[in-house]
Amino acid sequence: MSAAAIELREVNKSFGKTQIINGVSLAIERGERHAIIGPNGAGKSTLFNLISGRYEPSSGSILLNGEDVTGLKPFQINRKGLSRSFQITNIFHNLSVYENIRCGALWGSGHKYSFWHRVGGLHQVRHRAEEVMERIGLAPRRNMSAGTLSYAEQRALEIGITIAGGANVILLDEPTAGMSRTETAHAVELIRQVTEGRTLVMVEHDMGVVFDLADRISVLVYGEVIASGPPPDIRANAQVKEAYLGALHGENNSA
Amino acid sequence: MANLRMPPVNLGRWLLWGSTALLFIVAPLVFTQGFALTMMTQMGAFIIFALSYNMLLGQGGMLSFGHAVYSGLGAYFAVHALNMIGKGTLAFPVMLLPLVGGSAGLVFGVLFGYVTTRKAGTTFAMISLGIGELVHACVLMFPRFFGGEGGISTNRVVGHPFLGLTFGPAIQVYYLVAFWCFACMIAMFALTQTPLGRMANAVRDNPERAEFVGYDTQKVRFLQLVLAGFFAGISGALSCINFEIVTDENVSALRSGGVLLATFIGGTGFFFGPIIGSVVFIFFVVALSGFTQAWLLYLGLFFLAMVLYAPGGIASLLMMQLPVIRAGRFRRLLVPYLLALAAGLVAFAGLIGVVEMVYRISDASLDSQMSLFGVGFDAKSPQPWIAFALLLAAGLVALRLAAGHVGERWGAIHNELQGSEP
Amino acid sequence: MEFFIVQLLNGISYGLLLFMLSSGLTLVFSLMGVLNFAHASFYMLGAYFAYQVSTYIGFYPALVIAPLLVGGIGMLVERYGLRKVHRYGHVAELLFTFGLAYLIDEAVHLVWGRAAVEYRIPPSLEGPLFMVFTSQYPIYRGFMMLVSMAMLVSIWLMLTRTRIGLVIQAALTHPQTVEALGHNVPRVFMLVFGGGAALAGLAGVIGGNAFVTEPGMAAAVGPIIFVVVVVGGMGSLAGAFVASLLIGCLQTFSVGLDWKFAGLFARFGWTVTPETPFATLWNITLAQAAPVLPYLLMVLILIFRPRGLLGTRDG
Repeated sequence: MSAAAIELREVNKSFGKTQIINGVSLAIERGERHAIIGPNGAGKSTLFNLISGRYEPSSGSILLNGEDVTGLKPFQINRKGLSRSFQITNIFHNLSVYENIRCGALWGSGHKYSFWHRVGGLHQVRHRAEEVMERIGLAPRRNMSAGTLSYAEQRALEIGITIAGGANVILLDEPTAGMSRTETAHAVELIRQVTEGRTLVMVEHDMGVVFDLADRISVLVYGEVIASGPPPDIRANAQVKEAYLGALHGENNSA
Repeated sequence: MANLRMPPVNLGRWLLWGSTALLFIVAPLVFTQGFALTMMTQMGAFIIFALSYNMLLGQGGMLSFGHAVYSGLGAYFAVHALNMIGKGTLAFPVMLLPLVGGSAGLVFGVLFGYVTTRKAGTTFAMISLGIGELVHACVLMFPRFFGGEGGISTNRVVGHPFLGLTFGPAIQVYYLVAFWCFACMIAMFALTQTPLGRMANAVRDNPERAEFVGYDTQKVRFLQLVLAGFFAGISGALSCINFEIVTDENVSALRSGGVLLATFIGGTGFFFGPIIGSVVFIFFVVALSGFTQAWLLYLGLFFLAMVLYAPGGIASLLMMQLPVIRAGRFRRLLVPYLLALAAGLVAFAGLIGVVEMVYRISDASLDSQMSLFGVGFDAKSPQPWIAFALLLAAGLVALRLAAGHVGERWGAIHNELQGSEP
Repeated sequence: MEFFIVQLLNGISYGLLLFMLSSGLTLVFSLMGVLNFAHASFYMLGAYFAYQVSTYIGFYPALVIAPLLVGGIGMLVERYGLRKVHRYGHVAELLFTFGLAYLIDEAVHLVWGRAAVEYRIPPSLEGPLFMVFTSQYPIYRGFMMLVSMAMLVSIWLMLTRTRIGLVIQAALTHPQTVEALGHNVPRVFMLVFGGGAALAGLAGVIGGNAFVTEPGMAAAVGPIIFVVVVVGGMGSLAGAFVASLLIGCLQTFSVGLDWKFAGLFARFGWTVTPETPFATLWNITLAQAAPVLPYLLMVLILIFRPRGLLGTRDG
């Protein structure tokens, strides 16, 4: 049995006295499309931050493709093949669209911190950037400063930067947040295409997107995984229903 | 307003660089007064200094208050090398002396860079200030190497002449500086087109995201600083050749502040910004300081005005006009601009009057009779005070109005251009 | 022993002065994210205003009037300058205060000239306070410590006990929430910035006559304050306190000591001659090296404990 793409073993995270992540153990298989859902404040973004190296777990371990990456820095984890996007758009606002994507692809070229190569002459990088730009549909905006794009365009760019490096494991944090129906449908198609053959982990609130894309779903409540399985199982899970609808149920009773 | 990005047009680039080279070559033939040559030589060395500073500020997002450390230490090592060439203990062409300065700058860039680039932003700025003060204090503590407060002097007419050039006459020094200035300009521009240069921009814009695309931001900043130190050292060595003396002033906070002022005034967002800033700054320092004691005050006010109203510097103000010119609508801005300029000049005249009078009065050793703009008056009598104060007030009011007018016209043109965009 | 006690007292009084300056800087930085490069210039203005006022009226009125004047200037600077630059980001704010420092320096040059002015300790505060063995400890130093402590205690009380203090504390971490609750956060910023300036001005009033009042005084003490803040830990008041006392004592003690490495080596039997490599270095006395020590400390802290002694922020 080949190693899981991402594996979390008894991961805990506290900030001071507040425990955000409580003994989470999870395994995400290679090539799987996995969604993490849960009410606000459940710790979904924190989980992403732990996996991608932004935070260090208070205890427990995180493995990427079978290798222990606990406590490594973000750039080290990225170089091992994991790339993530951000819930609040995190792009290079003064650079053009093309340059943004090229930055995402640059490390993969192997030229690292070179100051003796002309970046315009690195054909591999250029092709990759052009290709990604086409995929995310921003080629017409190629030379525009990223800070001047519309919200949906910036979200698309966000995804573009994330996949430009060719990472095998992709983490998308609320990729369709704030999008309209049409924009969301567009984004879902894009995500489906670019994650073909790769491992995708996605935090999402839009249930339509989740049930559309995900092979498996994990439900995070108060820092614990209360359920994990294929979509039909999650749909039918009583605990999940209570976690999401519990408050409503309670109100109806007491009213 | 849409950010401006000029797509690289190769013909345009050749033209630009070619005409710059031509300008360097022809300048002394156009500006023939004695002090013009020294001023241009100073500008040439300072351009390299300011461009190296912008590698940190404009390109890397690193605000440093201690950049003179690298140029100054480069100058000190260059002056010792030059003295050794003079004594015959070192055989090295004077023409290549800037490389000595550059190497020193590079080495200290590695040394100090290791400590300073661990932090970013405001903390980095303060650390750079501390290192600057540290080096300045050390320079005064070791007089054997640094010459104490008198510094180290030298003679540049040493070694074997290169093709008959001894670098004695000022014109030869100018061309030496111009050559290095041009070479460094090309080199630093080329650096912006490399992976390191591009990632430095990325780190400036969003250091966190740069980490998440696989780059160690600390390493990017470190390398950027080391390279900037190299070019700063070259500038220091040229300064040493030009003035034939290196003192603690070369590593002082004043010089670090000066390059910051110059770079910012010129504009950090464009490669040629610091070039403009250097020209303006050296002009202020050299020309203006001959006329008035208050030149640093005026410079400080100018700097503050830029920070408040035009933080992109002169370069950004110029570039802003381009789309308007291309759309053929610049004529409509001409008159409002001229009006604002006139109002500004009036206000400035009033300011000069007030400032110069205060200086006159506070200096007990001078009498109160003085003259400005060809008119003589007594600084102790109330009339000139009232006159200049009125001038200043009127000028400011007029400037306010004129600026509003400019703003309106801009808004109108902007709307038109937006409307016609696809 | 006598030397030790006298220098310790001097170091503490100087350190308290440094803390008066660095605490204002830290408060403004913590609250507004602005590192006020012109903070030492406010210190200088306080000294000069006090000099002017004490020549017309007297020292004790100056003790009140000068800080108020400087505080007023601080509020104007915030209202009409800093607030405008705020939207361009922290770098622009820092540059603004940097330019302001130049401007204030030059304005002081303009009005009071380039030489030091005779800002004297008032006769009522001259003379010895008590004797330490054979040395006299001046009344004025004691007065400085008294004023510093009184000011700092009252600031601490204000921050923790009064309503405005609680608002400031809340706005430190959640400015939008505080504004949503109806408090005028821009006005709070203005008051805090003005307060920081006034604090610096007060330090100038009591420090200017103990040390020297001259146009270079801002540039002399400014970098030290930044070192204090970096060593103590950015944004930490307690850290600034510890670092101020540490650096105050460090500078005071080292100026009076003639220790050198060559002496240390001699203890082990190594003699340093003019031929020894780096002979100059080994022969430098602590007193000569005194100006460099705070910066060396800063470099060491940065290498071994980058977040500062008591810092929690990470730059």
